Order: sequence, then structure tokens, then C-alpha cells
Amino acid sequence: MTWWHRLLRRNQMEAQLDKELQWHLDQHAADLVARGHAPEEAGRLARRALGGPEQVKEECRDARGTRWVENLWQDFRYALRTLRQRPGFAAVALLTLALGTGATTVMFTVINGVLLKPLPYPDPDRLVSLQEQTEKATQWGNLWAFTYPNYLDCKRESRSLDMATWRYDGGIVSKPGAAEYVEGAQISSELFSILGVSISQGRAFLPEEDRPGAPPVAIVSDGLWKRRFGASLAAIGAALVFDGKTYTVVGITPAGFGLSDFEPDVFTPIGQITEPYMHDREAHFGFRVWARLRPGATLARARAELAVVGRQLAGQYPKSNAGRTFIGDPLRPDVGDVRSTLWLLLGAVTLVLLIACVNIASLLLARAASRERELAMRVALGASRGRLARQCLTESAVLGLSGGLFGILLATVGMRPFVALWPGTLPRAEGVRLDWHVLLFALAVSLASGLLFGLAPALRAPARELERALHAGSRSVAGSSRRLHAGFVVSEIALAVVLLVSAGMLGRTLLHLSSLDPGVNIHNILTARTALSPDTLASAARTRAAWQDILDRARRVPGVQSVTIVDTVPMREGNNQIGYWTTPAEPPADQQQLTSATSVTPDYLKVVGTPLRQGRFFTDQDRLGAEGVVVIDEVMAQQAFAGKEPIGQHLWIGMGSDPMRVVGVVGHVRYWGAADDDRTKVRAQLYYPFAQVPDNYLRRWSELMSIAVRTSVPPLQVVEPLRREVRGATGDQVLYEVRTMEQLAGDTLARQRFLLVLFGIFAGLALLLACIGIYGVQAYLTSRRVPEIGVRMALGATPHGVQWMVLRESLGMLAAGVAVGVTGALAAARLLVRLVDGMQTGGPATFALTLSVLVAAALFASFLPARRASRIDPMRALRQE
Amino acid sequence: MAAKSDLPQGTLDLLILKVVALGPVHGYAIAQRLQQVSRDVVQVPQGSLYPALHRLENRGLLAADWNETETGREAKFYRLTRKGRAQLEAESASWQRLTEAVALILRMSDGGAQ
Repeated sequence: MTWWHRLLRRNQMEAQLDKELQWHLDQHAADLVARGHAPEEAGRLARRALGGPEQVKEECRDARGTRWVENLWQDFRYALRTLRQRPGFAAVALLTLALGTGATTVMFTVINGVLLKPLPYPDPDRLVSLQEQTEKATQWGNLWAFTYPNYLDCKRESRSLDMATWRYDGGIVSKPGAAEYVEGAQISSELFSILGVSISQGRAFLPEEDRPGAPPVAIVSDGLWKRRFGASLAAIGAALVFDGKTYTVVGITPAGFGLSDFEPDVFTPIGQITEPYMHDREAHFGFRVWARLRPGATLARARAELAVVGRQLAGQYPKSNAGRTFIGDPLRPDVGDVRSTLWLLLGAVTLVLLIACVNIASLLLARAASRERELAMRVALGASRGRLARQCLTESAVLGLSGGLFGILLATVGMRPFVALWPGTLPRAEGVRLDWHVLLFALAVSLASGLLFGLAPALRAPARELERALHAGSRSVAGSSRRLHAGFVVSEIALAVVLLVSAGMLGRTLLHLSSLDPGVNIHNILTARTALSPDTLASAARTRAAWQDILDRARRVPGVQSVTIVDTVPMREGNNQIGYWTTPAEPPADQQQLTSATSVTPDYLKVVGTPLRQGRFFTDQDRLGAEGVVVIDEVMAQQAFAGKEPIGQHLWIGMGSDPMRVVGVVGHVRYWGAADDDRTKVRAQLYYPFAQVPDNYLRRWSELMSIAVRTSVPPLQVVEPLRREVRGATGDQVLYEVRTMEQLAGDTLARQRFLLVLFGIFAGLALLLACIGIYGVQAYLTSRRVPEIGVRMALGATPHGVQWMVLRESLGMLAAGVAVGVTGALAAARLLVRLVDGMQTGGPATFALTLSVLVAAALFASFLPARRASRIDPMRALRQE
Repeated sequence: MAAKSDLPQGTLDLLILKVVALGPVHGYAIAQRLQQVSRDVVQVPQGSLYPALHRLENRGLLAADWNETETGREAKFYRLTRKGRAQLEAESASWQRLTEAVALILRMSDGGAQ
């Protein structure tokens, strides 16, 4: 019989035990009668020989080995009963706990979905991401995307890895349906098989399609298939015009398929690219290399192989590959700074949960103290002290688990709104849902918190001075729990201080950042990336004409005041850093000074509103063939020509060998947003006319350009007229990533704002809980001191004096809590400064402000019990004694 | 009673196994037999007999069935399992060794005194 069998058939076992013992007694008695004892005498003797029947039964039950389960069950029912007896206490405790565990569970669910879940491919831990690594680091670090020839060599030489490569690509789909800009990926034919993903309709690329001159084929996403082909199976073999080129669709990806968190709509074979960079070991055009470990191979072995290949290639091609090797790391989702935000929030929410636990611990302790007589009685009746402690712990575990259950319910409800509140889009948000990891976590958290707050009462449960507790009533032991209660209040205050001060610092930071001058007038500006019709990219002249056409047409849209085209719009992502030098000889790359270079058209300043400080801005005369000119910002004027008059100076950028003449100086723009500008390494800024971009760069530049317009009406009103106007002769020029400058500026502070909102909520909760805690403790402590206070008042203490006595105690706890809390807050400040861009601690002012809020609230909370204490009627108090 | 029944730790189990090895037997009879065979030297405190029986049953050394006795009433009869038999053999052997060793030592110290 297994132990749970024995447990389930407990009643039967009990009956059998009774029967067996009864039989023994009867048999013994019968023997005794046979030996001449009187029947009654015989029964008595038999019973005496066996010993106390209950004791024997207890020992037999112990021998069953199921005792602990039975006890647990008993304790569990007892816990439920006691909870039901005090519904008010149960409700407060459950609500507090539900809030604490609920918030923690939400945070963990997000962390689990975004950070911890592996990528959605089979055997994701066998996937490897490869990069080129250089000995020397530049300002961009020492890790690089692959060049195509290096990829081919690594792929051929590796025995442990099956490799594939892909790169970003985007363009206009103009058939079937209306022109639309979509994201795409150029991929090698092995990519799908390496990821272990099978195409849902049709097939993946064949190796022979992955080379120059092969017939153009494409795979489209499930989304594009539904949107443009009406989910018809006739899509396989149909034509798709992408970036002006006609492809035959051969496959459709499964719904939700993406390359990590990038979900392209169109896939084309990477090997069909005929550009020169496909044979250039020096041109880094963003080839990403992903690989899968072959069966039996290990990452260590793969790394060793890659290092060997790296050395061989360095010897073979010293010009491009000296000091360059290849490294592999497990392929992980790329989630950016979301990681630190999430861990910060989990930390904050844990503090709230801790406060909730401390609160309940002090409530339970107060209850345990008033139950001291009951417990003492039970010890006197033979309950072991360990048994009582276990019972206390069971009670708090039951409380914790039921609180956790409510918390999970809260979390299921609160999850979606939280994800929706996230600034921008939360990467991998689709993976955020309750699963058994989360349930396990929530269960563990609620159990742990239950044990945490049950510990203090449980350790006290075995009343030490039994007899005193029994006949002196509960009052006499109040003193010993006093210090513990004060300890609870102190820790609650300390935790609340950490959260309050953090929220205060975040608020301060946001205020500061919002007050900074971005260097542009962000109101009434609309920006949009612009894709030219693929036909116009055929020649430089046509391209220039097309851009001019867009400028002219956009200017005609009602509500548009001025128009410019620009490659990198302020406060939108983009990388435009280049080296420059001020003497004719080009210094080595690692000694060049860097500047952010932006190509613009003459009306740029009118659109963005950056002030001209000196000289002039560009005109239509600054074109190819005329003298090369640039305009620089104040920071660069200082950096490049410190003290000298910048106008008329010459400088060189890596575009042609002719010097560029500085014709103007403009104000500095916070290009990377209010927070990032001060931290970015390259603050110098330079503008050059788009009209002077050499013909051989024009095609590449045209892929990057955006249009920006200043409007006299709310900017979103001009979106549709603008779209119509710039569509072009063939109707396939489109605007995408349409944003107002206000949105872009807002996005740069979104993370700080989001953190502030949540920290504010957590800090408010913490403050509330801490006040409830200090109120509860003071109310409890003063209620137990009623007789003492009665004596004091009978001996002449004034109500005022009594009030002051209670408040003084609160002040003592507050002071201790604040002292501990400030230490914690200083540590939190260091953490925040490291993790949040533009973080300002705000110095003592922030501390003073937030702490005064806390002290005021806490004093108010303890004022109520103090007043009640001062109104005690001495006569009644003494009679109570 | 204490002087008579001071059994060394674990001995009670061994004795019970031995008695049960002779054939299915109920609790009361075990107590009786232990007392008779040991000529009243070993008097099992009846209070600890039943917990010991239940413990051995739980460990799978004994099995129990409810059978009718000669008087027509149902009683719980214990019998030795295969595992119990193995345990009995192992324990009697080790008990044998132990008592021999103790006897040797006692004899030696007698010799030393002479």
C-alpha cells in the first residue's frame, strides 16, 4: 500500500486499528478469565497491560508515515477557519497581497515573455550568431557585420556549423495592388532550413536560385499574402513587383514568422545581388550570419574553427583581414534597453511586495500576541512547540497562497493594458502571456511571501513564559513584541523612502529634460521617409529631377509653408557619423575627428527652425560643379577651429578630394533627443547640400532621404494631400514612417516618462501601505497600553503629554526608517543614473521634498492613535486592569 | 518491568520478525509467544508492540490479512514477506556476530583481571 493509499483510506485504517486493538484486549481478558480472574477485573488488567489506547493509536498512526500530510490538512482547515472568523483582517491582508503579487506577476510575465523565452525556432539553443571581430576598437566598437566573401569562406571551412546569411532590405511593392513600402530581407537559400522553419505554402529558395543570373524569385510573408493576394493559393507562381523588379512568388512563410523580432514582408535570394560589394572584403554592407550547430558539434569547437579561418584569411588577405577574426555567440533576441527598464521595474515592484509582506507580518504578529493565551493553553495541553510553529506557518502560507491566487487573477486582467502602455512597441510582445513558468513564479512568490510574513509570529508562537501567559492575561507580554513591531515600521518606511526618492528623481529628470532646448522648433513639422520610383534611380540626372519634382509638388500642398529633403531627421534613429580633417592630408581613420553629417536642401533651416548664428545657409547655387560648401554648428566650430573665425575655413570629409568651405554656423541640435545628446560621443554637427552629393553616391543617398515640411495647419492634416502629390508619374513613390516632430521628440523621452509613471504608482502604493502599517502598529501598541496610560493620566499626565508620547515614538521609528531608507535611496540613485539616460539625482532638494511628504503622511497616520490615547478615561482604563 | 523488558534498540523488530517467520500470527499471540519462549525474560510492553507491527508493515517486511480465528472472530494475521525474510536473515546474522563479539570482549576482560 503506498502512502497516499494509506492516506486516502484513512477511515478504513482507523476502523481496522480499533478492531485490532479491541481483539487484543478481548483475547487477553479471556485468557485472564481462564486463569481465574473475575471478568471485570480481567478487562481492567488487560487495558492496563496495553497502556493508554489513544496513545497506542497515536503511535500506530505515526508509524504509518502519513502523519505530516494529516497535520497539514488539519492546519489548513484550521487556518481557513481562523481567516473566516476575522473577515476584515482577511480582506485587508488578501487585498494587500493580491496587489503585491499581482504587480510582481505582471512584471515577471513581461520579463519572461520578452527576455527569458527562447527564440521561436526548434532547438533554439543550437543556433549561433556570427560576427567579425577586429583587434582594435573604433568608436563603434570592435564587432562588425560580415562581408559576403568572408561569409562564403567561413561557411565553406566550418565543420561544426551550417551557416546562412541575410540582410535588411526595404522597397516598394507596386504590383499587385497600390504602391506600398514594405520591409524585406535578402536571404541565402539555407536560412529557412537552418532556423528549422518550414514554408507554409510553396517552397524555400533552391541553392541554384541563390546566385547571380538566376530567375528572380521571392517568398512573401503570410501578412502580405493575405493583404495583397487575398490568401489565394494562386499566389504561388504569380508576379510580384518589388523595387521595380518583377519576381515570381515561390513560397509563403508561416504566420508570425520573423528573423528574431524583425518581420519582413518580402524575401529575395541574397546571391542574386550583382553589386560590387558582393566581392569586396572591405565593404561592410550589413550581412548577418546565423548558423546552427551540426549534430554532435559544440560551440567551443565551432569557435576554435572560426578562429583558424580568421587566421588563414588574415594571412591570405592582409589588406582587409589583418587583425580580423570571427566569433560566434548563442543567437538571442535583440531587445535593446528594454532589458534594464524591465529589471528596474521588477525591482521596484518587489519593494512594494516587501512592504505588503511587512504590513501583513505586523498584523499577524499583533494577532498572534492576542492569541498568546490560546497558544499557551495548547502547549499546556501537550501540543509540541514545533507543531505550533508549523501551524502558524501553515496559516500564513494559506494566506499567502490565496493572496497569490487573487494576484494571478489581477495579473491576467492587468497584462494587456500594461503592454499597451509600453512606450513604442514592446519587442516580442506577442510572447507575453501566462504560462507555467509564470504560474510557478507567482506560486513561489506568494508562498515565499507567506513564509516571510509568517516567520515572526511563528518564531514567537512557542510562548516562552507559559505560566505567566496563562494567568497574567495578554498584556504582560506586550513589551517583547514592541521592538519587533517598531522594526517592521522602520523597514516599511525605509522601503517606501527608496521608492519615493526614486520617483522624485525620475520626475526631476523628466522636468529637466523637457526644459532643454532641442535646437529645433518641434511644432508643426511633419517628416516621412520617401521612396523614389525605382525607375528614376536609373540615372543620376533623373534622380535629381525626381527629388526636385517632389520638392516643387510638396510646396504646392495647401498648409505647407516650406519643404526640405534631409537624410537624417533629428531625434529619429539613423547613423550619419563621418570623420573630418582640416589639413589636406587624410589622417588614419582612428585619428579622425567625428561629426554628424546631414545632407539637406536650402530650405532646411526654414523647416526645422534652427537659428543661423553666422554667415549664410545654402542656396540653389550650391550645386555640383560649384565650390563645395558646408555649414557647421556651434559645437563643431569650437571643436574644429577653436578661437578662429570659422567662416571661410576649409575642411575635408571623405567625399571627393576637394576641400569644403565653411559658409555658415548654426545652433546646436539635440539630434539624439534631450537625454542622449549630452552623453553621445559625437556632438559636432555638419550640414552639406544634397545637391552636391556626387553622382556615384546618389543612388545610395536616395534610399535614405526623408521629406520634412513646416505647416501652418496641424501637421497630420497634410499627410494625405502630401501622399497624393508626391506619388509621381508612375504612381509608385510612397511616404512611410510618417511622424510629426513632436512625436519624435516625445518618443525620445518616452522611456523616462513611462518609468516615472510606474515608479510614481509604486511609490504611492508604498506610501499608502507604509501609512497603513504605521497606523496599525501604533493603534495596536497604544491599545495594549491603555491601563498604563490610564495610570499615567491618573498620576497627572496631560492629554497633550500623552499625545506627544505616542507621536514621539512614531518620530523615533520614522527617523530610523528614513536613515536606513536614504542609504538605500542613494544606492538606487546610482543604479538609475547608470540605467536611465539623462538621469539627474537632483541632489538634496529631491530628498528633502519627497521625505517631507513621507514624514507628513506618516505623522498623520500615527496622529489618530495618539489622539485616541489622549482621550482615554483614566477611571475606565484602571478598572479594565 | 523495566529490568525485564529493556530491549536494545531495534531488537524488538528482530524478535517480531522471528516469531512471525514461524507462520501467520496475530498481535496478541506474538506478545504471548515472545513472553513464553523467552521464559518471561523478555516482556514486550504491549503498548509498543502494535506501533512496531505497523511500522514493519509499512516498510513491507510484514504483510497482514484479516482471517477468522478458531473462535470465529476476525483478527489481523501478520506474515513475513520475502523482503521480511531477507531482513530477518541479515539481522539475525549481524546479531549473532555482535553477541559473539561482545562475548569475546567480556571473556577477554575477565582474563585480564586474573
